[in-house]
Amino acid sequence: MDTTNQEEHRPDDLGRRHFLLSASAIAAMAVSGNALIHTSEAWGLEATGLKPETMRTLVKMARDIFPHDKIADKFYALAVKTYDEKAAKDAKLKSLIESGVAELDGFAREKYKTVYAGVGWERDRVNLLRRIQTGGLFKKLRGDLVVSLYNQKEVWPAFGYEGESASKGGYVNRGFSDITWL
Amino acid sequence: MATFALNDDSVVVVVGSGAGGGTLATDLALKGIKVVCLEAGKRYEAEDFINDEWESFAQLAWTDQRMTSGSWRVARDFAQLPAWIVKAVGGSTTHWAGASLRFQEHEFKARTTYGNVAGANLIDWPLTLADLAPYYDRAEDRMGVTRTHGIPGLPGSNNFKVFEAGAKKIGYKDVHTGRMAINSQPRQGRGACQQIGFCFQGCKSGAKWSTLNAELPRGEATGKLEVRPQSHVFKIEHDQKGKVTGVLYYDKDGKEQRQKARAVAVAGNSIESPRLLLNSHSAMFPNGLANSSGQVGRNYMRHMTGSVYAVFDKPVKMWRGTTMAGIIQDEAHHDTKRGFVAGYELETLSLGLPFMAAFLDPGAWGREFTTALDSYENMAGMWIVGEDMPQEKNRITLHASAKDKYGIPVANVHFDDHPNDIAMRAHAYRQGSAIYEAAGATRSFPTTPYPSTHNLGTNRMSDKARDGVVNKYGQTHDIKNLFVSDGSQFTTGAAENPTLTIVALAIRQAEYIADQMAKNVI
Ligand SMILES: Cc1cc2nc3c(=O)[nH]c(=O)nc-3n(C[C@H](O)[C@H](O)[C@H](O)COP(=O)(O)OP(=O)(O)OC[C@H]3O[C@@H](n4cnc5c(N)ncnc54)[C@H](O)[C@@H]3O)c2cc1C
Ligand code: SF4
Repeated sequence: MDTTNQEEHRPDDLGRRHFLLSASAIAAMAVSGNALIHTSEAWGLEATGLKPETMRTLVKMARDIFPHDKIADKFYALAVKTYDEKAAKDAKLKSLIESGVAELDGFAREKYKTVYAGVGWERDRVNLLRRIQTGGLFKKLRGDLVVSLYNQKEVWPAFGYEGESASKGGYVNRGFSDITWL
Repeated sequence: MATFALNDDSVVVVVGSGAGGGTLATDLALKGIKVVCLEAGKRYEAEDFINDEWESFAQLAWTDQRMTSGSWRVARDFAQLPAWIVKAVGGSTTHWAGASLRFQEHEFKARTTYGNVAGANLIDWPLTLADLAPYYDRAEDRMGVTRTHGIPGLPGSNNFKVFEAGAKKIGYKDVHTGRMAINSQPRQGRGACQQIGFCFQGCKSGAKWSTLNAELPRGEATGKLEVRPQSHVFKIEHDQKGKVTGVLYYDKDGKEQRQKARAVAVAGNSIESPRLLLNSHSAMFPNGLANSSGQVGRNYMRHMTGSVYAVFDKPVKMWRGTTMAGIIQDEAHHDTKRGFVAGYELETLSLGLPFMAAFLDPGAWGREFTTALDSYENMAGMWIVGEDMPQEKNRITLHASAKDKYGIPVANVHFDDHPNDIAMRAHAYRQGSAIYEAAGATRSFPTTPYPSTHNLGTNRMSDKARDGVVNKYGQTHDIKNLFVSDGSQFTTGAAENPTLTIVALAIRQAEYIADQMAKNVI
């Protein structure tokens, strides 16, 4: 587990550059040039260290590993974005990711004639993930996501979690014992 | 605040400023004895603490390398984080939740009460509840433990109310908001609990007792105590007669220093204390200091623990309010009809969302896991803490190759559950789930133990020198002016959270050291 601090991510870091629709769009996430474009959530991400297709696969893998229907793709994208930055400087990491994704896409093509991110049902993608779950990429991604996804303050409200409370005087007058249904 | 010279050999050196070391250092100073307390971590005060689980962890937790081995799941999921404890002034009392319980009488006589348990290295404590009772009394008063000394209990949080409702439905009787070293009303210059809910992250209001906010400042005010942060002790030195003469440490700049001492008390918690004794080996003591019995580092205990979380169809918001103010004591007794010796306590517990994601089921993924977190707002939680069996093979050793940033061998923590621990945990998981189901839970989660928060037994007390490392005052059997002052002294773990007992032992030890110094025995 990565116990280091995650820098705070802001959704607009993703950049809002190229909003091009692409014919090869897979669901809402499309690749255009070097960018990964999310048409429905209106964000874009320029890939520098990794291929944009790889970033798209990582976002999809992140969601399939920790699927929360009430959390938008952008939070999964933010959770994996650091890989792109790190891979630009770290050849070993880059090859771990690119070869892991290639392997996963290979399994997908064998069975479904399309890349991983193009497989329609989560159940089928999860079965593909099971085939790589003891490999380096999967283990790293799952382990890092525990922090990089769930430690984003912006996702906490979706779970009801209220975070910091000392500055508000704690809960002594704000409902620490307000349960009524028991 | 006092400062003492490095070559002042009239001071007592205390290694570590947590529950044991911080209390001992303060008490010696209050008795007029000069003390240098060397603490590896930095000093943070209440205003520095952070209401954020990972940020606080990065600030306070001991993250220097440690290694693991054995069949416990922690070795797989958190291979370099066997324990969740603190490196900062105040030690783990900055992180702790405040549950403060006395041991039961029979727990001081584990060997006599439980008999010969195969595979367990049980002995009786060399002291009894009656011996310790007056010190428990003083510890409770100092720490302001609720439900003692006329101090009212804390109010019940939502998490407690769910726990209490379920417990009563299945027939438990001994259920209340705990004996907590958290002010339910202002006391001794500290305010009442604000129900902030980040007890594990250092209490920002100061309502929770710690050696940082309640002991060390009193000691420092005497002018007899110097607390020296960022001072990592790596060797205890001795003379030709085998008496300790001082310690070597790395200061805040990484420079080696020698602090001379009249006596040394080791209180680095149960992983670092034996590591330091083992790393202090010399020609005279080739197996490490105070280790003629070969017991230094052995009998490592971590309590039989685990958690039960459960989700309901309506909100609980367990993160609001005190983290651990709730207890069921009906299973704490010894009754072999349940299929194991000794007993366990059930205590309320909550984790924030980030820690819940990390600890609910380490390694898990997919919808079984994420639908649990989707119901986080509707979740209640409890912690199981029971007596585990001391085993010789569960031990702290020096790792063969891994070294810290100073080049000193790091600790390896080996642990295998004893069959008694496993049987007790299975029972507790069943009872915990039954409690929540009785309160209306739709799903429950018997959750695996976290990295150890209670680390005990690795320099244990014994009547006979061959059975342990220290006598009933925490004085090492081998070296008169060398003491152990933390939870590593524990002969057995009992079912109760350890800190009240660590503090009571430190108060008792301070009296003994003062007496021995006055008589010039040390
Ligand atoms: C999250 C959490 C919750 C807890 N809740 C409870 C509870 O509710 N009730 C309870 O009874 N207990 C609780 N505990 C356990 C309790 O905190 C410990 O049992 C207690 O603090 C141990 O005291 P100690 O003196 O042995 O060590 P610590 O308090 O850990 O202090 C040891 C100190 O020694 C320092 N040190 C180590 N090695 C060296 C060295 N070589 N040189 C210099 N300094 C060194 C460390 O940095 C540390 O500050 C909890 C612990 C945690 C982590
Ligand atoms: S709940 Fe109470 S004891 Fe815990 S951190 Fe908040 S004020 Fe301190």
